[in-house]
Amino acid sequence: MPALLSQLLLGLVNGSFYAILSLGLAVIFGLLNVINFAHGALFMMGAILSWMAMNYFNVNYWVMLAVAPLIVGAFGVLIERLLLRWIYKLDHLYGLLLTLGLTLLIEGAFRSVYGVSGLAYSTPEALSGGTNLGFMFLPNYRAWVVVASLVVCFATWYAIEKTRLGAYLRAGTENPRLVEAFGINVPLMITLTYAFGAGLAAFAGVLAAPVIQISPLMGQNLIIIVFAVVVIGGMGSIMGAILTGLGLGVIEGLTKVFYPEASSTVVFVIMVVVLLIRPAGLFGSEK
Amino acid sequence: MKKLPLVVYGLLLLALLAAPFLGFYPVFVMKVMCFALFACAFNLLLGYTGMLSFGHAAFLGGSAYVLGHVVKVWGLTPELGLIVGTLFGAGLGLVFGWLAIRRQGIYFSMITLALAQMMFFVALQAKFTGGEDGLQGVPRGKLFGVIDLGNDLTMYYVALVIVVAAFLLIARTVHSPFGQVLKGIKENEPRAISLGYDVNRFKLLAFVISAALSGLAGALKTLVLGFASLSDVHWTASGGVILMTLVGGLGTLSGPLVGSAVVVLLENKIGDLGGFLARVTTIEWFNTLGESVTMVTGLIFVICVLAFRKGIMGEVIAFIDRRRAKRP
Repeated sequence: MPALLSQLLLGLVNGSFYAILSLGLAVIFGLLNVINFAHGALFMMGAILSWMAMNYFNVNYWVMLAVAPLIVGAFGVLIERLLLRWIYKLDHLYGLLLTLGLTLLIEGAFRSVYGVSGLAYSTPEALSGGTNLGFMFLPNYRAWVVVASLVVCFATWYAIEKTRLGAYLRAGTENPRLVEAFGINVPLMITLTYAFGAGLAAFAGVLAAPVIQISPLMGQNLIIIVFAVVVIGGMGSIMGAILTGLGLGVIEGLTKVFYPEASSTVVFVIMVVVLLIRPAGLFGSEK
Repeated sequence: MKKLPLVVYGLLLLALLAAPFLGFYPVFVMKVMCFALFACAFNLLLGYTGMLSFGHAAFLGGSAYVLGHVVKVWGLTPELGLIVGTLFGAGLGLVFGWLAIRRQGIYFSMITLALAQMMFFVALQAKFTGGEDGLQGVPRGKLFGVIDLGNDLTMYYVALVIVVAAFLLIARTVHSPFGQVLKGIKENEPRAISLGYDVNRFKLLAFVISAALSGLAGALKTLVLGFASLSDVHWTASGGVILMTLVGGLGTLSGPLVGSAVVVLLENKIGDLGGFLARVTTIEWFNTLGESVTMVTGLIFVICVLAFRKGIMGEVIAFIDRRRAKRP
């Protein structure tokens, strides 16, 4: 039983990362029509930046939790302004290929400095240790990851679905030219959306730093799973992305207990099943 | 039939026939030919049908393992091994294609990528693939039980015959009525549907042919090199074949040939290139170029997408067409 609960929690932790990343992918895809392959690399940048800050400048975890997303977000502005801008009118596939190239560039750059072996990052003081709940031992840091991710996910959901700014964003997803005709600066909105998605990925990266081995390649395996998550959930709904991400994390965690051999493939198997039953995805609608 | 392409293909064939005697290392040229076949098979799907599969590594790598297993453990002859490898590619392609064509565009790419990643984990965990070590020491054996392939030169000409035959098959497919329907689907799918074509069946068939030939390429590669490894099933192999096709020219017959030669050469010789650049420019950094193949690959991707979407052969063909148009 304790093993089950701790795997469940671990599953929720992974699920939180899936949720944040697939949320960012969905928001970016909605407005830019680009599937951001570089999302995994941006996630990795968040983690490595916090490691660098700790080891070179002695800047702690809490500062980086705010600063890393800002740095990576600024990097996202550069990517969007310098590169992505030129391909919006082209076929979708070029967006995927361009961001794939970017991923290889970013990962290659970090690899040439840090190699492929993992870097260690210790859990911040305030969250080390755990709490005994009676029926299980709850590691504080994992609980924090789940709570922080949920807060960020729901704040994003609220901002997009319930605020005026979010309304512009949704309108821009629906019909950018009409929104522009109403005097809203759509190109700026696109840039900021990409930067926001990049920042979210980096935030997840900082959260992941103490629980996942930090390495330049940490993003690429994750991003493929997140693609499967996106196919399962469909990219039409923000809430759908969050719930699918969390749910699949939990299922993956449970698989580790009952049938560990399948834990790395279970998400893909679920994707196949969903494709057979509901090709448009659980929360998607066929366009 | 236009004369110029025929002459060029003829010269290329002559060059390949003579290559071992011109000082080229046969195993290296065979490796390039395997990737050329892989890229041509991939281009049949992306260039002529407009479907970006991000999972072709599964067919290349899967069949590479299958040939290794049936030749090494079951003791089949190489020609049977190649047939089994091709059939495996076709079967896997049928399953992947059947699932993936349920969605279009970008979703299709993500689904194929995810399915291929599943294959990667299977290859990583299964007993017969040898996990991280790969499947090693695959014997070349005797073709039809008679011709000993252990000799590099014999293997070279057998491989050349196979690759040329497969290339002709692809060329025939592209120019057949079937190939024309595929192009029609690429240009305007709703119109193809309205004309009464069962689009999904055409797409699936194109996918299966492409997967089968990719499987052949993977099987041949194992036969030539004597091993199959995880790097063939890794998603970077799918990325690599996209790059080859993009660099050479999407939707051109000759593009993937040129693209694969460029990319394989680059991956193998980039260290030398870096050393050369370091000597010429006296910038020390170029010496480390050999270790950053990934970065260079990424850079080529970015440049190709932003500024060079027609690819090498696409530009050449456009240039020749412009010249022709000017002439009265």
